[in-house]
Amino acid sequence: MNSIILQIASRYVRWLLLIFAVIALLRGHNYPGGGFIGGLLAGLSIVFEGFAYSPRYALDKLKFSPAGFIATGLILIMASFLPGVLTGGKLMTGTWVSLPFLFDWEVKLGTPLLFDTGIFFAVTGVTLLFFFSLKQDKQWK
Amino acid sequence: MNAVALPILIPLALMVLLIVIRSALLSRWTGVLGSMLMLVIAIYLFSHVNEYGILILQVGEWAAPFGITLVIDRLSSLMLLVTALLLLSISIYAIRFIGDKKEAPVFYIFFFSLAMGINGAFITGDVFNLYVWFEVMLLSSFVLISMGSTREQLKGGIKYVGLNLIGSLFFLAGIGLLYGKTGTLNMAHLAKILQYDEQSILMNSSAMLFFIAFGIKAAIFPLYFWLPASYHTPNITITSLFAGLLTKVGVYALIRFFTLFFVQDQVFWHNLLLVVAGLTMVIGGIAASTYYETRRILSYHIISQIGYMVMGLGIYTPLALAGAIYFIMHNMVAKTNAFLVSGLINRFMGSYRLKEVGGLYRQSPLLALLFIIPAFALAGVPPLSGFFAKFILIKAGIEASRFGITAVALITGLLTLYSMIKIWNEAFLKKLPENQEKDSPVVRIRFLDVLPSLILGLVTILMGVFAAPVFRYTMEAANGLLDPFIYIESVLNGIQP
Repeated sequence: MNSIILQIASRYVRWLLLIFAVIALLRGHNYPGGGFIGGLLAGLSIVFEGFAYSPRYALDKLKFSPAGFIATGLILIMASFLPGVLTGGKLMTGTWVSLPFLFDWEVKLGTPLLFDTGIFFAVTGVTLLFFFSLKQDKQWK
Repeated sequence: MNAVALPILIPLALMVLLIVIRSALLSRWTGVLGSMLMLVIAIYLFSHVNEYGILILQVGEWAAPFGITLVIDRLSSLMLLVTALLLLSISIYAIRFIGDKKEAPVFYIFFFSLAMGINGAFITGDVFNLYVWFEVMLLSSFVLISMGSTREQLKGGIKYVGLNLIGSLFFLAGIGLLYGKTGTLNMAHLAKILQYDEQSILMNSSAMLFFIAFGIKAAIFPLYFWLPASYHTPNITITSLFAGLLTKVGVYALIRFFTLFFVQDQVFWHNLLLVVAGLTMVIGGIAASTYYETRRILSYHIISQIGYMVMGLGIYTPLALAGAIYFIMHNMVAKTNAFLVSGLINRFMGSYRLKEVGGLYRQSPLLALLFIIPAFALAGVPPLSGFFAKFILIKAGIEASRFGITAVALITGLLTLYSMIKIWNEAFLKKLPENQEKDSPVVRIRFLDVLPSLILGLVTILMGVFAAPVFRYTMEAANGLLDPFIYIESVLNGIQP
């Protein structure tokens, strides 16, 4: 596809999608959203570019292979198991810390967020992998 | 006990490692060493369960009916052990048989993701979690079955995935109904609720959906069509991997469900299971005897032998279940070994078709020995493992006065023997056909090629020689299945025996 409108739009829509992806990821613990939805949105932002220009262009610009995303995600997921186990709990036990933030607010960070971030990256990678594989010309011998 | 989750976590970690390293040589090393690590852990868990009884992990410290529970009882630990053994031998076999430098890393990634799915299915105590592990298995096996990108594989793979997805649909529908009726999906909780329920005949609809779902996975009659349509298409390493493991997970799930909580309408279910078992045995056996291609013969054989396992569940006495568990163990090892040897025959002669090979006995007596162990074990020749497995099942059948199924099992034994002798005669004894070039280059078989077969052959012999301790253990596992009190109490109340 070679539409100039789509190409210009993709520059802006890409960032919008990424911002929404992060918002979906962060609110996911208590509200609708989460790593899976966020990952899909983040993957879409690159897929959009792939449609506007070409899959090859989007993949080159990414500088990071879809498999790399999946590996990063899985590493984060496994990292999120560690705090619970190291503090003597069972596997995947949620561990939380509160960090002071501006004024009196606190930021509560916990292993579920780390886990969700892992899902986020893994799903992004899988979405990209699907897209680039489907757009590829594959010869069945 | 966090070690309970290790059979799932280690393949996961290895997958990530394999995605990162990408080199064929390193992948192979990681594959073999990783499989060894999994075997060590399986042995540890096995001995722990053997000594101290059931192992429980409430994931995330969410108490039993609410969170996901991982449970390793005697049956699970046994399945984990045999699975780890098969994975190790296949990871060694793949070094030479997945020759392509680009394919090897991909193979090992999905090899471990399949291992994760299988181990997860064996240790989960939650019905929905079981569904997730089935999907993990299905996805990774689809990648493996279509690896190599031939049209033939695409055809086989689409049938495989299509029919298995229908199975998943039944599984999910069953879960929905079950959850609607009982409000829980924890297996132990289900068992507790359904034990004393007067209206438990209402469970039959869900039970039937699960029966169909697991029946498709286990390839029982009349739901087995995906198996012979797809198993002869991929690389022989992958076929061996599937042959030993995939259908057995279906049988495991059947045994778990129909001993733990679908125990209400026993007369109906046991008769149905026995009829299905008999038909599966006979039809698989007859179909196998009509083919002249080793992989197809062995594929139909998988189906035929699933019948024996279901027969053990259908007779439903401690002895019969012990026989079924023994049979599963024996079959996983011997069947994988038979496929591995058929790969060796192919490497040696360049074909799987029995009409195009011959004279192997003269050329390679070692190969003949390697074949004869699993073949005779599958046919049930004493003193190999298959003899005792069939003996226990037939004894249980006679003791429970189930003469029909016992007769069918005996006749199917003859069919199996016929097929195995056919392969033996055609591939090993008869002379190489005239039209094949005599000076076909004989591929040297290296030690690494035969090592997996040697390991599995040795296990088959040992399971026959030490039949008494193995039988005692399977008997304990069967008693644990039929009296699930300890299982239920340890999961729900955290009582460690």
